[in-house]
Amino acid sequence: MLHEVAHCRAGDKGDTSILSLFPFDDRHFADLEREVTTERVREHLAGQVRGEVVRYVLPKLCALQFRCRQALDGGVTTSLALDTHGKGMSSRLLAMEIELSG
Amino acid sequence: MDCVRIGGGAGFAGDRFEPAEALARDGELDDLVLECLAERTIALGQQRRLADPSAGYDPRLVARFERLLPLCAARGIRVITNMGAANPLAAGRVTADLAGRLGLGLTVAVVTGDDVLDRIDPSAPALETGRPLAAHGELVSANAYLGAEQIMPALETGAHVVLTGRVADPSLFTAPLAQRLGWDLRDASAMAAGTVAGHLLECAGQLTGGYFADPGRKDVPGLAELGFPYADVTADGDVEVSKLPGTGGLVSRATVREQLLYEVTDPAAYPTPDVTLDLREVTVAETGPDRVAVRGAVGRARPEKFKVSVGYRAGWRAEAGISYAGPGARARAELAGDVVLRRLAGTRVRADVLGAEGSPECRLRIAASAADRAAAEVVCHEVEALYTNGPAGGGGVRTAVTEVIGIVSTLIDRDRVEPAVTVIGGHACG
Repeated sequence: MLHEVAHCRAGDKGDTSILSLFPFDDRHFADLEREVTTERVREHLAGQVRGEVVRYVLPKLCALQFRCRQALDGGVTTSLALDTHGKGMSSRLLAMEIELSG
Repeated sequence: MDCVRIGGGAGFAGDRFEPAEALARDGELDDLVLECLAERTIALGQQRRLADPSAGYDPRLVARFERLLPLCAARGIRVITNMGAANPLAAGRVTADLAGRLGLGLTVAVVTGDDVLDRIDPSAPALETGRPLAAHGELVSANAYLGAEQIMPALETGAHVVLTGRVADPSLFTAPLAQRLGWDLRDASAMAAGTVAGHLLECAGQLTGGYFADPGRKDVPGLAELGFPYADVTADGDVEVSKLPGTGGLVSRATVREQLLYEVTDPAAYPTPDVTLDLREVTVAETGPDRVAVRGAVGRARPEKFKVSVGYRAGWRAEAGISYAGPGARARAELAGDVVLRRLAGTRVRADVLGAEGSPECRLRIAASAADRAAAEVVCHEVEALYTNGPAGGGGVRTAVTEVIGIVSTLIDRDRVEPAVTVIGGHACG
């Protein structure tokens, strides 16, 4: 599970959720880059994210960043969700199963 | 100056006071920044101001300043904050009065001009939806995100406290850094370094291990005594962030990287009023205990226009809950949810059952949006009615009805905004 090798923080801007993903050990960055693709994130968060998902790869920071549109039921002010900021989305992403090389 | 030490003493309006007091007391700071204005807070402030023209600033301003201003005054620390919210001038008067009562001879400078409700075009499309601003609902507020250039004249008065309304969060830091370090506001490299420092510090405890802990995976020492961060920033744009020895939390490559990318919609081009920031070449390295250097931010020309946050009346929200316990609790809660959804057919409503399968107690939570208060109250009544019209054993109904202020964005030309500075109390000390 991604939770064992990576950490994540969620931020929100309007109806957009922004998820940053980092390996605990830099040696796993290549695994994350290979496994945690835009398509897999869209599929994994399908119940919540209704819009476009864009992935940014940041090798100098050993980070992946995902910008997920239409993810927050209209945004923090109008959402009916329990977690209106979608802060829990970071933990949901970490529930993804991935394969590690070596 | 060659190096400035600037502290992050609040990351939101509800933030704790104690870590900021510790920073002010022991941090040997030049400036303390208190960031207290979330996206929707200013619209709520505008509502309070409509009801009472003397209100609209941060409701905890006096309580926070009572504890911080004596410490800052004694150590010559300047305070910069957006606690002015929807009424910066009233905030300035209250602050000057408070300083007088505390026997502190402080000068307060207030930045105004962010309120642009009378000069936006209601028929312009919202950036998020493409629909005209006014089509979302009655517009109640429009505040432009001002930048360092608009804060700078307030700093140049020599004031001890600078109060603003809506400004971009990092600009609360870039302005004092530029003033003390002699940076040209159009030097994109310098503003990139200052913006990185500001972006890291603006959420206060989120840099020092708050919002980070995950026991067993991400352990944070002394979370209950979490300290707040400061940055040492040099004229050359070197940024090192740290926290006070003896305070809880941690500053590590991991906490810094999480905060660096927090809420950044595009790491290659993150726009602020001061600079367009490119984080792709940034490096983050631990240089000592709880000390991290952040280098390599690239700046490009600042955006031509200011972003404007527009608040509109978006109706009302009803939220209500009822608890069920013992064998079959979850099934009874789910049945109750189905009953309410049927009785409220046609309403935008959702039902959640909280509590894991097999847990001794669970709770049905109903949330709905409604056009007016009366319709929201109907939703609450249907949940309350479950007492004698629903499954067995329901108890503990709580209901809440709140007005919803929605937020959308637009842009405004810089020359349509007229910033001003008002100095209140005492004499400027230059």
